[in-house]
Amino acid sequence: MDFSLNESEHELVALCRDFAQKEIAPRAPLAWEEARCPTDLLREMGELGLLGMLIPEEWGGIGMSTIGFVAAMEQIGLADQSVAAAWQAHSTIGSLPLYLFGNDVQRERWLRPLAEGSVLGAFGLTEPDAGSDARGIRTRAASRDGGWLINGRKTFISNAGTDMSFGVTLLARIETAEGETPKFATLVVEKDTPGFTVGPKMLGIGWRGLDTRDLYLDDVWVPDDHLVGDPNLGLTQFLRTLEVGRISIAALSLSLTQAVLDMATAYALQRVQFGQPISKFQAVQFKLADIATELEAARWLTYRAAYLRDTGQPFHKEAAMAKLKASRVATWAASEAVQIHGGVGYMLETPVARFYCDSKVLEIGEGTNEIQHLVIARALGC
Amino acid sequence: MNVVVCVKQIPDPVAPGALDPGTNTLNRSGKLIMDDSDNYGVEMALQLAGGEGDEVTLVSMAPGGETSGLRTGLAMGAAKAILISDEALAGSDALGTAKVLAAAIARANPDLIVMATESTDGYTGTLPVQVAELMGLPSVTFAKAISIEGSTIKVERQTEAGFDEVVCPMPAVVTVTAGVVEPRYPSFKGIMAAKSKPVENLTVADLGLDASQVGSAGSGQEITDVSESEARGSGEIVVDEGDGAQRVVAFLEQLKVI
Repeated sequence: MDFSLNESEHELVALCRDFAQKEIAPRAPLAWEEARCPTDLLREMGELGLLGMLIPEEWGGIGMSTIGFVAAMEQIGLADQSVAAAWQAHSTIGSLPLYLFGNDVQRERWLRPLAEGSVLGAFGLTEPDAGSDARGIRTRAASRDGGWLINGRKTFISNAGTDMSFGVTLLARIETAEGETPKFATLVVEKDTPGFTVGPKMLGIGWRGLDTRDLYLDDVWVPDDHLVGDPNLGLTQFLRTLEVGRISIAALSLSLTQAVLDMATAYALQRVQFGQPISKFQAVQFKLADIATELEAARWLTYRAAYLRDTGQPFHKEAAMAKLKASRVATWAASEAVQIHGGVGYMLETPVARFYCDSKVLEIGEGTNEIQHLVIARALGC
Repeated sequence: MNVVVCVKQIPDPVAPGALDPGTNTLNRSGKLIMDDSDNYGVEMALQLAGGEGDEVTLVSMAPGGETSGLRTGLAMGAAKAILISDEALAGSDALGTAKVLAAAIARANPDLIVMATESTDGYTGTLPVQVAELMGLPSVTFAKAISIEGSTIKVERQTEAGFDEVVCPMPAVVTVTAGVVEPRYPSFKGIMAAKSKPVENLTVADLGLDASQVGSAGSGQEITDVSESEARGSGEIVVDEGDGAQRVVAFLEQLKVI
């Protein structure tokens, strides 16, 4: 197995490293502090071609491999997790349904601006009463007057309420007769559609720069041409197409772990206690060595899952394993990195504290780790 | 409109530099990158030559057929490049380099030649005016703004007191200061497209020059010795014995800054 990067992947990584260190790292912390989505940075990333990662050139993207996407994420996430989170949500669940299931007219209308980076993409699945149990969504779509009448509420939706958002692609249950197999419609709702309301920006422990909101749909009517794909496809098949999101969160976790490892190592080398740098103490050395080792293990799982996707092989189980392992490593590593910093690491003005806050959601978003366990157990035949 | 930008490919300032002990010149055998100060020239050229049929050409002299720095400028949007690479050029002084660049620039038949005020590795700052003189063109240095008006250019030329407004006919050589424009990041598509943009490789002979005019053979200067600059001494250390603030004020008053 060869996970080494090809020429275009190398160029992408170099571009992302450059932009992340020169633009994101100095500007994003203020956005985090102010709990504001830095769409100025996301627009600039769009101009560089970075908002069309997994979309072919034919539709305005750059047609990057999954491995290239993971490697690029390692650079973006190293600088700031909120920007990386917004970027990954846009690149995967925000764009892929339109590419995979949309017809050419829909791709031209909604996918191209997303891939060219002029607008930000969002996907609405989670609801107050349906998170892990995606099949239990209550948002309803009824066929009316050559279109669809949508009623319901979505929650924790990223990227739908910024000044760069175009609206949302959402999943709704279609009204069916009793006893009939449930069907789910994927519908595009543009931001100015009557009856579509976005709630105020929600404030989490971390990812404060990510725009996350409730979405309210009160008698929202969209024409038939807003229906993406075939409702008869079934929910499971549809959700499986979004599995790259798990690889994406795993990659985001790698970047966080690398960031906190770098910070903790630099701090340990310069912090003097008892007459010597604390990096000379075994208690600190072992923590750093453990983080570095676990990071490398998580990295190989993640790149292997990406490799399987790129080579057209099944990657369902491996993506879940990568997400499970990498997010666990990230939350644990962030905690250890804060511990190495001591009191300084607990203070929010210290970057490691920001990354610590950003770590918890990695075990929750894009399928909780409990759901990843279920996916892996089912793949084992349980 | 055709605009030529002279681009210097220099050793990456991030990597530790070294001098050749024999010639006391900078070792350029490692990877070279586009001089950061040339970002501004390339960006200015791209903004001035943004119309249909306009074209930006990069010109560079570098050892070993080096193009990585040129690819950066091409990725930003320049159409093509001319690279002069020849073993005979080793040890060139500023005037020798100017002769080579002037001959190469002439081949591109430009309406305007843009250069950085000075390179960040050599810092002689003499090359642009030498090129202009050799080509018989007017030169305007330290431009902080450039606009095209018909067949003339209007330049705001930075001075210590403010700026001069200079109007001069084209073609002309203009040097731009850092910060004059905000250089763009090359896009991913730009980076990939740059790999297949044309780079014309030329030797000294291709330019009709004699090897004795350039390189160490044609150089009128020799670096006889290089020594480390004197380390700056530490400043005056004042121990605060309750009068620290007053002593700081007294010091600043002595400097007449307050």
